[in-house]
Amino acid sequence: MRWGIPAPAVPPTSPASLHSAPSPPASGRRGFSVWRDPRQRSILIQTFFAVAVFAVFAFLAWNTAANLARYNIKVGLQFLERPAGFDILQTLLPFTERSTYGRAFAVAILNTLVLSAIGIVIATILGFLIGLARLSSNWLVARLAAIYIETLRNIPLLLQIFFWYFAILRPLPGPRQSLSLGGTVFLNNRGLYLPSPIFESGADLVGVALLLALLAATAVMVRARWVQARMGHRPPGGRIAIGMVIGLPLVAAAATGFPLSWDVPALAGFNFQGGAVVIPEFVAMVVALSTYSAAFIAEVVRGGVLSVQHGQVEAARAVGLREGAIYRLVVIPQALRAIVPPLTSQYLNLTKNSSLAAAIAYPDLMHVFAGTVLNQTGQPFEVMALTMGVYLGISLAISWFMNWYNRRVALRERPP
Amino acid sequence: MTAAAQNQWMSERSAPLVPRGPLVWLRANLFSSPLNIALTVLSLAFLYLIVPPLLDWAVFDAAWRGSRIEDCPDREAACWVFVQARWPNLLYGSYPAPERWRIDLVFALGALGVALLMLPRVPRKGWIGAALLTAYPLLAFALLIGGVFGLRPVPTTEWGGLMLTVVAATWAIVTSIPLGLLLALGRRSPKRLTRWFCIGFIEFWRGVPLIAVLFLAVVMFPLFVPPGLEFDKLLRALVAFSLFNAAYMAEVFRGGLQSVPAGQYEAARAVGLGYFRMMAFVILPQAVRVSLPALVNTCIGIFKETTLILVIGLFDFLAAIQASMADPAWLAGEHVRTSGYVFAALGFWAFCYGMSRYSRYLERRI
Repeated sequence: MRWGIPAPAVPPTSPASLHSAPSPPASGRRGFSVWRDPRQRSILIQTFFAVAVFAVFAFLAWNTAANLARYNIKVGLQFLERPAGFDILQTLLPFTERSTYGRAFAVAILNTLVLSAIGIVIATILGFLIGLARLSSNWLVARLAAIYIETLRNIPLLLQIFFWYFAILRPLPGPRQSLSLGGTVFLNNRGLYLPSPIFESGADLVGVALLLALLAATAVMVRARWVQARMGHRPPGGRIAIGMVIGLPLVAAAATGFPLSWDVPALAGFNFQGGAVVIPEFVAMVVALSTYSAAFIAEVVRGGVLSVQHGQVEAARAVGLREGAIYRLVVIPQALRAIVPPLTSQYLNLTKNSSLAAAIAYPDLMHVFAGTVLNQTGQPFEVMALTMGVYLGISLAISWFMNWYNRRVALRERPP
Repeated sequence: MTAAAQNQWMSERSAPLVPRGPLVWLRANLFSSPLNIALTVLSLAFLYLIVPPLLDWAVFDAAWRGSRIEDCPDREAACWVFVQARWPNLLYGSYPAPERWRIDLVFALGALGVALLMLPRVPRKGWIGAALLTAYPLLAFALLIGGVFGLRPVPTTEWGGLMLTVVAATWAIVTSIPLGLLLALGRRSPKRLTRWFCIGFIEFWRGVPLIAVLFLAVVMFPLFVPPGLEFDKLLRALVAFSLFNAAYMAEVFRGGLQSVPAGQYEAARAVGLGYFRMMAFVILPQAVRVSLPALVNTCIGIFKETTLILVIGLFDFLAAIQASMADPAWLAGEHVRTSGYVFAALGFWAFCYGMSRYSRYLERRI
């Protein structure tokens, strides 16, 4: 606008008059205010979102129904009752070709669980060792641990599984040229042969003695802690407990004449007889899973220990604790708080990664159920739902357990 | 002490002698206690047992020249001839040879873009990033699949090798970042329905293994789409990758969002910013900065996980090596197989280690 020239006489127009002029005033203003009012806008957006989500799911469901009808697939879990007609390489439950698909499901779940559980135990031990080695004051040990971590972490797990299985275990010699450890443990291309225990009469008595000793030891430890909390000094609980756990079963075993013997595998003809055999797929999976996860756990442990302030160690030294006691009583309990949450996710990863077993045909849930059973029955919907349900269930169970443990070790700032 | 002594200047003294030198270092770092001496001796013994045979296997006794398996007579040593002979196959899969310049061009452009983004002193990173996320994927896709600009069409069944690994990983990373960001925002949304949906979505994908998701994509995807519609197998795997990794990316961004103090939200509200402006100009720049190291780590994970596509029958880098081992001309020997795996491991390791060094560098700069 230039100064000096009078502005044309235009009647002032307000936004309100622009709105109200052409349309009925009420509806126009409401349309505007729905977008302006945060609460109404929120309801509008949420409704829109719900409709969109519902539409997508409805579209998928409709398509699925149409496709199921087209391929003539009957939905239902009746197929679990039918005989499977195939054999499974490793079974913890009795399983034959005439067993049902439902039993195959159970066997496969157990195989996955066993693999994950053993993997978790070994990975935890190895991971803690390497994590502490990484922090060692010994330069060489710390370097070696770092090299281990950086190598294993940066190579895909599937490649490591293939390496152990195809490049190490498969080319091993046959039973006649087995690698042997003291004449009791044998490793060859058919698997790992271990001696298996044989329980004779009286073995149950030893078991009962062990159980009793464990209960008594727990009681002694609880009482020692109680006495320490009340009196300030700790009665000698640990040694008594260890003595009982070792001594009582030993006494029972001596009384019954040592009712345990070992069935050592022995070469007979072309293969080993006796003992327990672990299939090479399982060995490859356990080695690959635990060494790979140990690298991640080591980093978690290292981070946790580093998170404990150095003043804590100095204070512990100042009150005269010995080095071992400093770690056991001061550093580790505090480090655990930082370790447990990421450790949980490592356990979850390990369990989920155990499904890679399908790639080398270890009979886990993925291979037996989502593979063989799915192909034989042609029930993709139920099979995949059950498979994913089991993995979700295992994940939830592990995170529930670790959350419970985390609450136990968590810092209690103030008494509630 | 007398008064006279107090008034005197203290005589000059040299700094206390700090013991230095290699021997002192050795004593402090390797032989400080009996336990440390034992550990050092054990480590040295371990190195002596491992390193010389490894070097012999990989370098001194290995076969470097030739073209056939007969050129690798020593079965106790690496056979790098195998890798050399199968090199084009490992890089390009069965992509037709005269068209391979297209792959080279796509990767050269991508590498250039990423290098520009990673160098700290390059201006206009926003524009480069935007081009890399929008125009570049379209161009790359057009170049790879062909059928436009007079390029010969190459179906995805002929894609393979390192090229397929990089394509799958890039796709997974590029698509899962925006999806994950949306999910992370949705998870923190005050709107209950949105929040519940996002939590359910994230926890579902994080609870199931990727291999099950890939099975799902291959077996179930045809059931979910309208009858008669056929989808490329690679495309199905890529969709699965996007959804699966978006859940993990969402958790990465959630961590970043949680690190932004509430005062930042309140301040943004106080100066009158709406939700989207507050997010775009105040919250996300801070949150993304904090989540960058975790984001790079997730990218490393995604890169490693692309190997899983071989389970559903796609030919990535690892599958190309597996397939090369099954080639009758190379079938006769474990040393060929071991060499192949070691080479693949080296390849993946170089990529992932590089990325993890970059993530450390970012961590230090932030």
